[in-house]
Amino acid sequence: MEIGLQHYLLVSAALFSLGLLGVLTRRNAVNVLMGIELILNAANINLVAFSRYGIGNLQGQLFGVFVIVIAAAETAVGLAIVLTMYRLRRTPNLDEADILRG
Amino acid sequence: MTIEAAVFFLFALITVGSAAVVVLARSLIYNAFALLFTFFGVAGFYVMLGADFLAATQLLIYVGGILVLLLFGVMLTHKLYDLDLKTEVVQRAPGSIVALGIFAVLAFTALRTPWAVGPGRPPAPTTREIGELFMSRYLLPFEAASILLLVALIGAAMIVRRRKEA
Repeated sequence: MEIGLQHYLLVSAALFSLGLLGVLTRRNAVNVLMGIELILNAANINLVAFSRYGIGNLQGQLFGVFVIVIAAAETAVGLAIVLTMYRLRRTPNLDEADILRG
Repeated sequence: MTIEAAVFFLFALITVGSAAVVVLARSLIYNAFALLFTFFGVAGFYVMLGADFLAATQLLIYVGGILVLLLFGVMLTHKLYDLDLKTEVVQRAPGSIVALGIFAVLAFTALRTPWAVGPGRPPAPTTREIGELFMSRYLLPFEAASILLLVALIGAAMIVRRRKEA
């Protein structure tokens, strides 16, 4: 049995769906950030797989490096926001952060 | 079944299985440590795909940086001694339906699309080539990424800074 592009795409689809499930169903903001990380990793697997099985250049891997950079920035800022919310509201739950609701 | 297929399915089991633990387990600590194994599994995929530089970057930045940051987030937003580390799940049914639907669409697309599979890139060291591309053709995105990291660093520090009580 030969491992091809579609195998990687299927694994990445599963990872993406699990990350989406985490983002949609979790109350805790840190859990939502974990779901976003799963989604970014799924996208990265796709990019690298296309780089490997496509026309044979490295652009997919370069995109992967940029995705990792943006994931690092996103996590830092996201956690800063979560920590500030926890300090102000004493809760990490997203649905209790409704201070702006009119 | 070739050895490559066996290794692939092992990595797929590790990645998807621990991703399921990340999403479904109730304890935040379990979530964080399962995320560790997911990142390791993805790094294994990178190695199988011949992306050695990206695999090393994945381990350094995700496992060494982002995961530690997330653990800090878990520790700082909970009172550890109150056994308060369980999280609730909301909107379980609609979320599952949406996630399953997206998975079905993605899997259908992955299997049915005639992908333009080319000659491919045989596994070879990539670090030198990636470095040369960053310094020549992709210099502008490279610099933009460094600005983005600087802005994120300053922004995160500004957001969590304790303000003087007015």
